Amino acid sequence: MKPLSIIKLVVKNLRARKGRTILTILGITIGVAGVIIIISLGAGAQSLILGQVTKLGSNLIVIQPGKVADSGAPIPGLVITSLVDSDVEAIRDKGRVPNAVAVNAAVSGAAVVTWGNKTVDATFTGTDSEYPKVTNFTMESGQFFTEAESTGGANVIVLGSEIAKQLFVDSGVNPVGQVVKVKSAVQNNAGGVPLRVIGIIAPRGSSFFQNQDALIFMPLVIGQQQILGIHYLSSVYVKFDDAANASSTINAIVSTLKQQHRILDEVNVDFTVRNLADAVDLLSTITDALSLFLVAMAGISLIVGGIGILNIMVATVAERTREIGLRKAVGATKKAIRNQFLLEAVLLTSLGGVIGIIIGVLVSYLISLLMVKLGYDWKFIVSMGSIFLSVGVSVMTGVTFGLFPAIKAAKLDPIDALRYE
Amino acid sequence: MNLINIKNLRKEYTTGDVVTPVLNDINFKIDKGEFVAIMGPSGSGKSTLMHILSFLERGTDGIYEFKGQDIKDFNDNYLAELRNKEIGFVFQSFNLLPRTTVLDNVKLPLTYSKLKNHETLAKKSLESVGLSHRLNYYTNQISGGEKQRVAIARALVCDPAVIFADEPTGNLDSKSGNTVMFLLQQLNDQGRTIILVTHETDTANHAKRIIRIKDGNILSDEKVKTRTIAEADKDLIK
Repeated sequence: MKPLSIIKLVVKNLRARKGRTILTILGITIGVAGVIIIISLGAGAQSLILGQVTKLGSNLIVIQPGKVADSGAPIPGLVITSLVDSDVEAIRDKGRVPNAVAVNAAVSGAAVVTWGNKTVDATFTGTDSEYPKVTNFTMESGQFFTEAESTGGANVIVLGSEIAKQLFVDSGVNPVGQVVKVKSAVQNNAGGVPLRVIGIIAPRGSSFFQNQDALIFMPLVIGQQQILGIHYLSSVYVKFDDAANASSTINAIVSTLKQQHRILDEVNVDFTVRNLADAVDLLSTITDALSLFLVAMAGISLIVGGIGILNIMVATVAERTREIGLRKAVGATKKAIRNQFLLEAVLLTSLGGVIGIIIGVLVSYLISLLMVKLGYDWKFIVSMGSIFLSVGVSVMTGVTFGLFPAIKAAKLDPIDALRYE
Repeated sequence: MNLINIKNLRKEYTTGDVVTPVLNDINFKIDKGEFVAIMGPSGSGKSTLMHILSFLERGTDGIYEFKGQDIKDFNDNYLAELRNKEIGFVFQSFNLLPRTTVLDNVKLPLTYSKLKNHETLAKKSLESVGLSHRLNYYTNQISGGEKQRVAIARALVCDPAVIFADEPTGNLDSKSGNTVMFLLQQLNDQGRTIILVTHETDTANHAKRIIRIKDGNILSDEKVKTRTIAEADKDLIK
C-alpha cells in the first residue's frame, strides 16, 4: 500500500468523524499553543529587559540607601535616609573611585505639574547635571540643565515628552520658556514651586517598568528642599569606564561609603551597591526558570492530550474491528493495518500541533501588541526552535500513544474481526 | 493442474486443554471454472473450510495446494497478497464500510494491490453488477440487494481466480437473493470459479456441484442433477 493512499484513506476517515477529530486534538492543540506562547513571552520579556539595560546605559552602578539581601533586587523608593550629598562628593573623588566616569545623585517622587488650568501627574527626579552622562537619551528641544543651574538650584525643569504633550499640545504654545508649577503629590507645599521649562526629552518608551516619557527633571536641590523637604538622596548612579572594571569599581564604592558612614561591621552596612548588568542577569535567570516551569506545565498538558489520543484510538480500533477484518480479508497485511492506525494517530496529533502553533503564534502576537500599547518596548519573538519542538513533540506523542492501538489493530484475527458485532 | 487440491486436511482448535476437532480428513479438488457449493448445517465446519480455502486460516494437518503450490510454504504477508489477487469475498452481512461511498468501497481491495487505474477498474466492476448509477451513494443510502451487488463488484475488482460467497443471500429477500445468484451464475458462465457456502439446498442448487459436510466430514461430493438457473429481475439490474 502506497504512503499517499494511506494518507488519503486516513484523511477520509478523520473527515468522516469531524466532531470527534476536533475533540480528540483539543488537548494537543492547547498543549502546543501553551508551549509556543510561553516560549514567545519568555523571549519577549528577556529582550525587553536587555533593551532596558542599553536604554539606561551600560556600565552603570546603582547605589541605594539601606541594605537588601544579596539575592534580592534593589527596592526603589524605600525611605531610608542614609545616603547623602557628602557620599556623592566622596565617590566623585578620583583617588577613591578611579574608574568612575560620571556620578549622578537623585531623589524622586510623585508630583503634580500645573500649567495654566492644566494639571498632570508625573514622576519627578531631582538630579544634577551629570544625569545625561549616565543615561542614554536625546533632547527633543531646549537643553538639560547645566552644572551651574544644578548646583545653584536654579528654578528650571526638563519635561518628558509625554508630560510636555499633555500640558501644552492643545495650546500650541512652545513649552520651552514657559513656567510650570510643581508640587509633591504627597507633601503639602501649597501653590507649588514655579519652574521654567528649559528642555524636552525625546520619547524613549518604558524602562524597568517605568514610563520614561512621564518623568520630569529638576535640579537636585529644588527636588530635595523645595518639593520634598528632605536632605538625603534616593539613589546615586555611577557610570564607569569599562565592563571589566565592574567589580573593582563596586568594591571601591563600597569601601568609600563604609568610610563615609564609619562602618566597621558588615552587619551595619546601610547601603546597596549593584551593577545594573547583574540585576539584569538575575532577572534573566528568573524569567528563564519561570519559562521552563511553565513549559513543563504545558508539556504535561501535551501528555494528557496524548492519553486522550490513546483513549480515542483504542476506542476507534474496537469500533472498527469489522473494518479491520474486512481489510485483512481483501489483502491488507498486518503492517498496512498498523501503519494506517499509526498514521491516523500521528495525523491527529500533527493536526492538533499545527492548529496549536497557529493559535500560539496568534496569541503571542496579540500579547505583543498589547504590551506595545501599554508602552513597553516589547518585541514579538517566535523562535523556529519552539515551532520545531512543538511539531516534533506532537508527532512523537502520536507515535507513542498511537503505537499500542495500532499494533492491537494489526494483530486482530480477520475471522474474529469479521464476526465481531 | 487443479486450481484447488485438498489432501487429508484436518483442523482442530485448542482452547487451554480442550481440543475441538472441526475438520477430519477432507479431500477434494476444484478446477478452474467450477461452481461448487459447500453445504452443511451450522457447526458442520463449512465456514472453517472456507476460511482455510480463502487463506484466512491454516489447516492443522494435511496439504492445501493452490495452483499447484503448497500454501504451507507461504508466509502471512504472501497469503495477504494472494487474498488480494486471487480471492474475492462476498459475505452474508455485506461488510461494506460505513460513511463511505459505493465507489470507494469497491476501490478498497485496490488500495492493497499493485494494479493501477483504480477509478476505471472500480467503475467497470460496478457496471458489471448494474450499479453505475449508484457510484457516489453512501452505503447507508442503498438497499440490501444493492449492498450485496456492491460487495460482488468489490470481490471482482482485482480480477480474482476464485470468488467465495458465504451465505450471500442469507440477509436478502428472495427477489434480491435471486439477482445475486443470477450474477454469480453469470460470472461462472464467464469462466470464473465460484465457491458458495450455504446451508440451504435451494441456494446450493444454483451451483454445478455440491460438497456436503457434517461434523467435519464430507458426506457427499456430487454434481447437481437439476440445476436451478436464476432469472434476474431485469428492473433490478437496470
